[in-house]
Amino acid sequence: MKTHYGIYGGQYVAETLMTPLHELEKAYADAKRDPAFKAEMDDILVHYVGRESPLTYARRLSEHLGGARIVLKREDLNHTGAHKVNNTVGQALLARRMGKTRLIAETGAGMHGVATATVAALFGMECEVFMGAIDVARQSPNVARMKMLGAKVHAVSEGSATLKDAMNEAIRDWTANCDDTFYVIGTVAGPAPYPEMVRDFQSVIGKEARRQCLKAYGKLPDQAIACVGGGSNAMGLFAGFLEDPSVTLVGVEAGGKGLATGEHAASICGGRVGVLHGSKTYLLQTPSGQIIDTYSVSAGLDYPGVGPEHAYLADTGRATYTTINDDEAIAAFDALCRFEGIIPALESSHAVAEAIKRAPTLPKEAILLVNLSGRGDKDMENVERWKSGRVGR
Amino acid sequence: MNRIQKTFARCKAEGKAAYVAYLTMGAPTLEKSFAAAETLLGEGVDILELGVPFSDPVADGAVIRAAANRALANGVTLADVLAGVSGLRARHPDTPVVIFTYYNILYSYGLKRFADEAAQRGVDAVLVVDLPLEERGELLDVLRPAGLTLVPLVAPTTGPARVRAIAEGLEDSFLYAVTVKGTTGQRASLPPELASRLTEIKRLVNLPVVAGFGIRTPEEGAAVASHCDGFVIGSALVERFMKDA
Repeated sequence: MKTHYGIYGGQYVAETLMTPLHELEKAYADAKRDPAFKAEMDDILVHYVGRESPLTYARRLSEHLGGARIVLKREDLNHTGAHKVNNTVGQALLARRMGKTRLIAETGAGMHGVATATVAALFGMECEVFMGAIDVARQSPNVARMKMLGAKVHAVSEGSATLKDAMNEAIRDWTANCDDTFYVIGTVAGPAPYPEMVRDFQSVIGKEARRQCLKAYGKLPDQAIACVGGGSNAMGLFAGFLEDPSVTLVGVEAGGKGLATGEHAASICGGRVGVLHGSKTYLLQTPSGQIIDTYSVSAGLDYPGVGPEHAYLADTGRATYTTINDDEAIAAFDALCRFEGIIPALESSHAVAEAIKRAPTLPKEAILLVNLSGRGDKDMENVERWKSGRVGR
Repeated sequence: MNRIQKTFARCKAEGKAAYVAYLTMGAPTLEKSFAAAETLLGEGVDILELGVPFSDPVADGAVIRAAANRALANGVTLADVLAGVSGLRARHPDTPVVIFTYYNILYSYGLKRFADEAAQRGVDAVLVVDLPLEERGELLDVLRPAGLTLVPLVAPTTGPARVRAIAEGLEDSFLYAVTVKGTTGQRASLPPELASRLTEIKRLVNLPVVAGFGIRTPEEGAAVASHCDGFVIGSALVERFMKDA
C-alpha cells in the first residue's frame, strides 16, 4: 500500500483512527485481489451508474475558437450527475465487506454527499453528511436531494463553514463512531489509504477516456485538463495517462477573484507545504500555520488543501497546475451552454475555461481532453446571483 | 532524571497520582491563560500542558474548540506561548511543561527552530495530537538533539503490540492513555472497562501512564489513576477559566 508520494501524504491523524485506518488498508488490499469485488463493482458501474460515459467532441465550441479540438469526458452523465459516484460505489462495497452499517461523508458542492446518500440507499445503509453552513445555503438543491435519499445532513457553522470544516466534523464523528461507521472521503485527500483508494476508484475516467480517444481519433490527447479542488476527478483522469509522456496533464485550481487578491482556493499555485486532514500537502495557510478561509464561486473547489499525489506531480513537473478565476469560469459555463447545449458544473467550468484559453494557440490536429466532471443543475441560482453582482458569499 | 521523571518519582513517593492540567493558551487572553497556569500550580497541579491553538482542531470537543477560536481571534501564536514559558520556568524550576498542539503549527514554524527555541525557553516535551507513531520520526529527529521528549498517546483502539511500539524509545516521557473514542471533553461517564484497560497498558510499557479525556475533577482523576500514574483535566479547566473571563 502506498502511504507517501515523495514527502507528501502520510497518516497524520489521532491515534484512535490508526487502527481503523489499518483495517481499511487491509480490507482494501484484500478487495483489490478479489475478482468478485471487481466484478460487482463493474456491474454496478455499468447497470446503475451508466458507464461508460461518452466522449463528446465539442464541435461548435472548437470551431468557434479556431484551434485544437476540445473533447469532453462526460462524467456529468453518470447517475447522480458527477464523477463522485464512481468512488462512493467502491467505498460502499468496501464498507459492506467490512461489516460497517453507517456511512458518513463530507461534502462541498453537495455532489459527493448526494453520491454517498445514493449508495447508502442502494445498499440499505444509514447515511449522515456533513456540509458547511455556507455551502448548505448556496447548494440547496443538493441538500434537498440528500434528504430525499434518506440521508441526514448536518450544517457545520464553525470556521469558514465550508468544505474543510465539514471534513473536520466528519473526522470527529468517525473518531467517536469508528466501530460501526465507514468514512466515505470524497476526494484524493485525507490519510492513507484514501488518496490511493479514491484515485483507484476514479481511474475508470482516465482509462475509459484513453481507450475512447484512441478509438475515435486514432491518437492520444495532447493535453488532459481537469479542475482541482481536492483533486479526485483530475487524479482519475490523469491516472489514465501518467505513463504517456506525450500527454500534458493540466490541473486547474480555483483562482476566485484572482491569486493576487488572496481570495482564491489555489493550494498548489498559491500555498505552501503543511499538514491538514491526515496528509502532508500544499495548503493555504497564514505564516503561523493557521488554515486560511478559501474563496471560489464554485463550492466544490473551495478547499484549502489538495490531494498529496497532486502535490507530488506538481513538484516533479509531470503535471502542470494553473488557475482560472470566477469570471473566466462563468464565461466558460455560458460558452458550453450556448455552443454545445451542455450545462456544466461550475467546478468543471474551470477546466473548460482553461481549454478555451489553450485551444486557439494550438493546431486543429491537437486534442484537448477536458474532464466534464459534473453537471450544472445545482449551480443555476449561483450563476444568476453572480451575474447580478450578488456574489455567493 | 529529567523533570518529568523526577515529578513522577516524587508523586509516587508521596503516594499520589500526578495531576496534569491542560489549558488553551491565549484564551480568554494570553495573560489570563498564563495567570490560570499559576493558579493551577498553586492548587497542586504537577504537570502543565500548554495548548497552542490551531484553526482545525479535529481531535477537540466543543469547549476547547471555543477556547481555541478565542485564542486565534486574539492572534495568539506558538511564538507567544513559547515566550511565556520563560517566565513560568523561572518561577517553577521543577514543573514539567508540555507544548500541546497539532502538527501543522510546528511544521509551519520550522521543526528545528521550534525544538531549539522550546528547549531554550524551558519546555520539556511536546504532545502532537495528529502525529502517530508512523509519522513522528521527523519531529523526534529534531527534538532529541535539543534535549526534548515527546508525549505519546494510546487510544482505546490501540492493540497491545502497538502500545509497546508507541512507548518504545520514549521512556523519559509519560504515556497519555486516551480513555474514550472521540474528541476531548466532558462525558456523563467513563467506560466501565477503563480500569482493566489502564492496568493492561501499565503492564505493557515502561513509563508512567496518565489517563485523559472526560475527567472533570481531581477527585475523579485520582479514582481513575488508582490504575495508573496520573490523570489529565482539560476541558473542565478551560471552561472554568473561560467563565472567569
